[in-house]
Amino acid sequence: MKNEDISRRSFLKRLGIGGAVLATPSLVSCGSKDSGYTPEDGPIPTDKMTLRENPNTHDKVSILGYGCMRWPRKTVKNDKGEDEEVLDQDQINKLVAFAMEHGVNYYDTSPAYCRGKSEEATGIALSKHDRKKYYIATKLSNFSPTTWSHEAGVEMFENSLKYLQTDYIDYYLLHCIGQHSQTLDGQPLNGMEALHARFLDNGMLDWCVEQKKKGRIRNLGWSYHGDVEVVDYLLKLHDEGKYHWDFVQIQLNYIDWSHAKEVNEANTDAEYLLGELKKRGIPAVIMEPLLGGRLAKVPEFVAKKMYKMRPNKSIASWAFRYAGTFPETLTVLSGMTYMEHLEDNLRSYCPLEPCTEEEVNMLYQAAVEILKNPFISCTDCKYCMPCPYGIDIPAIFAHYNKCVNDDHYNHTQEDPKYREARRAFLVGYDRSVPKLRQASHCIGCGECKSHCPQSIDIPRELHRIDQYVESLKTKQ
Amino acid sequence: MLKTIRRVLAFFVFVLITLMFLDFTGTVNHWFGWLPMIQFIPAVLALHVVIVIALLVLTAIFGRIYCSVICPLGIFQDIVAHFHVMTHNRFAKKKHKYAYRKELPVIRWFFLCLFVVLFAFGVVSIAALIEPYSAFGRMATNLFAPLYGWTNNGLAAVAEHFESYAFYSTDVWVKGGVSLLVSVITLVVIVAFAFTGRTYCNTICPVGTILSVVSRFSWFKVQVDESKCNKCGQCARSCKAHCIDSPNGKIDYSRCVVCGNCLGKCKQGALKYTHKRLSAGVSVETTEKPADEGRRAFLIGAAAVTVGTALAQEQKKVDGGLAAIADKKIPERAKRIVPPGAVSLEHLAQHCTACQLCISNCPNGVLRPSTDFEHLMQPEMSYERGYCRPECNRCSDVCPTGAIRLVELPEKCSTKIGTARIVAENCITGSGVSCGNCARHCPVGAITMVKFGDDENAVASPVVDPECCIGCGACENLCPVRPISAIIVDGIEQQRTI
Repeated sequence: MKNEDISRRSFLKRLGIGGAVLATPSLVSCGSKDSGYTPEDGPIPTDKMTLRENPNTHDKVSILGYGCMRWPRKTVKNDKGEDEEVLDQDQINKLVAFAMEHGVNYYDTSPAYCRGKSEEATGIALSKHDRKKYYIATKLSNFSPTTWSHEAGVEMFENSLKYLQTDYIDYYLLHCIGQHSQTLDGQPLNGMEALHARFLDNGMLDWCVEQKKKGRIRNLGWSYHGDVEVVDYLLKLHDEGKYHWDFVQIQLNYIDWSHAKEVNEANTDAEYLLGELKKRGIPAVIMEPLLGGRLAKVPEFVAKKMYKMRPNKSIASWAFRYAGTFPETLTVLSGMTYMEHLEDNLRSYCPLEPCTEEEVNMLYQAAVEILKNPFISCTDCKYCMPCPYGIDIPAIFAHYNKCVNDDHYNHTQEDPKYREARRAFLVGYDRSVPKLRQASHCIGCGECKSHCPQSIDIPRELHRIDQYVESLKTKQ
Repeated sequence: MLKTIRRVLAFFVFVLITLMFLDFTGTVNHWFGWLPMIQFIPAVLALHVVIVIALLVLTAIFGRIYCSVICPLGIFQDIVAHFHVMTHNRFAKKKHKYAYRKELPVIRWFFLCLFVVLFAFGVVSIAALIEPYSAFGRMATNLFAPLYGWTNNGLAAVAEHFESYAFYSTDVWVKGGVSLLVSVITLVVIVAFAFTGRTYCNTICPVGTILSVVSRFSWFKVQVDESKCNKCGQCARSCKAHCIDSPNGKIDYSRCVVCGNCLGKCKQGALKYTHKRLSAGVSVETTEKPADEGRRAFLIGAAAVTVGTALAQEQKKVDGGLAAIADKKIPERAKRIVPPGAVSLEHLAQHCTACQLCISNCPNGVLRPSTDFEHLMQPEMSYERGYCRPECNRCSDVCPTGAIRLVELPEKCSTKIGTARIVAENCITGSGVSCGNCARHCPVGAITMVKFGDDENAVASPVVDPECCIGCGACENLCPVRPISAIIVDGIEQQRTI
C-alpha cells in the first residue's frame, strides 16, 4: 500500500480532505473496495454454492466452511465499570444468517476458541436455523493436562452439546494431534506421547467410537499439526481396521503444499498429507487456506501478477480457489470476522472456478517469492494466549509480518529507505502493541511453546524481534 | 516601533522556549537549545562568564530588555496582562489604567539577599522557587505539556487511522504531585501579579533586582523631553512597571523593562528611547506597603512500598485473552539516582534550578521531580516506566545550568550512575521459572546467570557485577516481578566512568 509512507504535510492535507468528505457524505460511493468488488458485480447468488459429498454419510457439504475461531468482538462495560471484550452476538447472528442464506452449511468450532466462548455464541446463532440444514464440527480440545482424565473428556463433549444446543455432533475431531505438550509437573511430551496421554490411555477415543455407534457423533476424525509420525500411526490404525477415520483436517495452501518445511521445520507438506488421505479415500477438511490471513496480502509484485490474471478479484480469493481445487477437499474453513470477508469468499465459491494448471503454477512461483521474506508463520490462532506475563504474542508477530510484507524490515543504514522503514517499524510497534506487552518483557519461560500448532519457537522469535527493535532504537 | 520589535522578538522567544518543554521529539531542542542557556541564573550556575557579562552589557546599553524579550516568565506576564487589559476594557465601564507607584527597595533587596543566602548554603532548589526561568519551566512542564501531549495523541490517533506514521503518541502522566502543586501555586501567584503589570519582576524577582542595578545607568533609556511634556499622565497609565512619575517628569529606570508601551501613548512626542540626555531620570525612595504574599505548602508523599510477588501462573485452558499486568511501584533505594552527567548528588543539588527542562524532555519516562525537601523538584530517576536508554543523552543536552554536564553518547554508556542489586527472595528464578530477562537486556553485560548448587536441572539465577553495572535500570524495568522488581538500582554519591 502506498499510503503508508505519506509525509506529515501530505497527511495534514489528507486530513483536510477527510474533513471535506465527512462534510459531504452523499458524494461518497459505497462500493466495498476491500473485497475488490463493485456493485456492478451484482448480488452474490444464493443457490450457486459448490457442494462436496462426504462418502461416509453422504452429506452434501458446502465448499466454504465457517471457521468459528475469529468471531467479531465488541467492548462493553462490566459490573465493575471496566472495559471488557465480549463476542458481538448480534453481528455473529447476522454473519451466520447471511452464510446460511448463501449455502454455507459447515460450522467448525471448539471448546477452546474465543476464550471458550465460541461454542455458545455459535450455538445461539445456529439455533435460529433448521438443524437439518447445517453440519456442526467441534473438537475434543483437551490441551490442559487437567482435562486429560476420561471424566473431563466426557464432560467436555457433553458441554459442547449443551452450548451448541443439539444432541449430536456431525463432525467430531480429536483436536490437534501431533502437537507437543507437557504434563502437570512440566515434563515435555512429544507428539506420540501426547496422543497417548490425551486420547488413547484415557479411553477417550474408544468412547468417541461408542458415541458414533449411538449416533451422537456422525463423523469422527482429527485435526493435525506437528509430528508427522502421529499421522502415520493413526492412518496405520485405519488401514488395520482398528479405527475408521471419516475425515481428517489438515493445513493446506499454496505455500504449505511443498514448502511447509521452509515455513516451519515442524510442519509437513500438504502434498504428502493429502496424498495419504487420497490413497484411503478419506475426505480432507482444509484449515489455514490463507495462512492466518498472510496470503490475503502478498508482496506487491506478486499481487500485480494476480491482478493481471484476474482483475477485480481479491488476493485472498486465489488462496480459497486453490484450496477448493483439489477434489479430495470436503470443505475449506475460513474464520470470517467481517461481512466483507464472508462476501468475498462467497464470490469465490458460488460457484467455485477451480484453478487451471497455469494458475496453480503461478501460485507455486508466488510461494517461492513469498518465502524469500523472513515471515513468522503465526496464524493468529491465539492458542498461545494468554501469556502469563501479559505479552501479546500474536499482535507482535502480526506487526512484524506486516513490516516484512511492507518492506519495512531489515534495511541497512546506508539504504535510503532505512529512516522511513525504521520509523514505520518503531511507531507501528508502539501502536499495535502496548509497551508493557511488547517482546522486551518476554522472559522465555516457554509456557507458550507447546501450545503453538505451528510449532513456532515463540520465545526465540520474540527475543529476535526484541533484538531487532533494540538495534533500530540504538541506531538513529 | 520599539514596541513592535519587542513584541515580535518576545513572541518567538516565548514560543520556542515553551516548545522546548513541550516537544518530546527533541526537534526544537536541536535548533534552539541555546535559548535556555542564555537565561541569567542558569548561565550563572553554569559559570558561563561570557553569557553573564553579555547580558549585563546588554542591560547597560539598552536597559532591561532582557525582562521583555528573553525571560519567558516576563513575556508570560506580559501576555496575561495584555489579555487582562483587553477583557477589562471590553466589560468594565472605565478604561484600564496603571498608575505610578514608588519603588520598594527593601522588599526587592530582601528577596535578592534571601536568594543569594539560600544559594550559598546550597539549598538551590528552594531558592529556585522565585527564579523566573525555572518557575516558568515548572509551569510549562506540569501544566502546558499535558495539554500538548493530549493534542498530539489526538493527532496520532487520526494519523493511525490514515496509516500515516507522521505522529506517534506519547505517555502523558503526572510526574510528581509536589511539583504539580508548586506549579499550580506559581501559576496562580504569577497570574495574580501579572494583573498588576510587572510587580513580580520589580519586587520579588532576583534577576530583576540584579539587572536593575545596571539598568539605572543604561546608555539607552526612555526619556522625557520636559519642553514638550504637558503632564497629561497617559504614559504613566500605560506603564505596567509603574515606573513613570508623570507629574514630576521622572522615570525609575531600575524598574523600566523597556516595553515601549508609553512611547506610542504620548501625543506630545515628549517620550523618546534614546541615548541623548533629555533630562535626568531619578529613582525614588519609598516606604510603601509590601505586596501581598502567601505561599507554598510542602507535602512529602510517602511511597508505600510493598513486597514484590511473582506472578501467579494460571493453567491455560482456553485460547486468547491477555493477562493483567500490575503497575510497577517505586522501590526503596539506598540512594537516589541522578542522570548521567550530574557528576554527583551534591553537584546536581547545588547547580540545578529545577526548571524541569530535562524532565519534560526525557523520552523514556525516567526523570521526575524529587519530592525530597532538600532537592525539591530537582530531577531524579526511577525505572517504573522505562529505563535510561543508551541512545539518549537528551537531559545533559538540554540542561542550561550545567547541573547535568553534557556527556556524549559513548561516554554516557560508560558513566556509572548506580548499581543494581538483586532481591533474591523475590526473583522469579527462585520459584523454578527460567528467566534471565535482566541479563538479556543489560547493555554492559554486567549480569551473569549462574546455576547454584550441583543440580543439573536447576534454574540459573542472576548475579550482578557491581564494577560493570552502570545503573541504567534496564534490568529493573524489564524484570517480570511486579509491583516491586526483584532487581533494584541504588544511586551512588559520585558518578564515574568505567
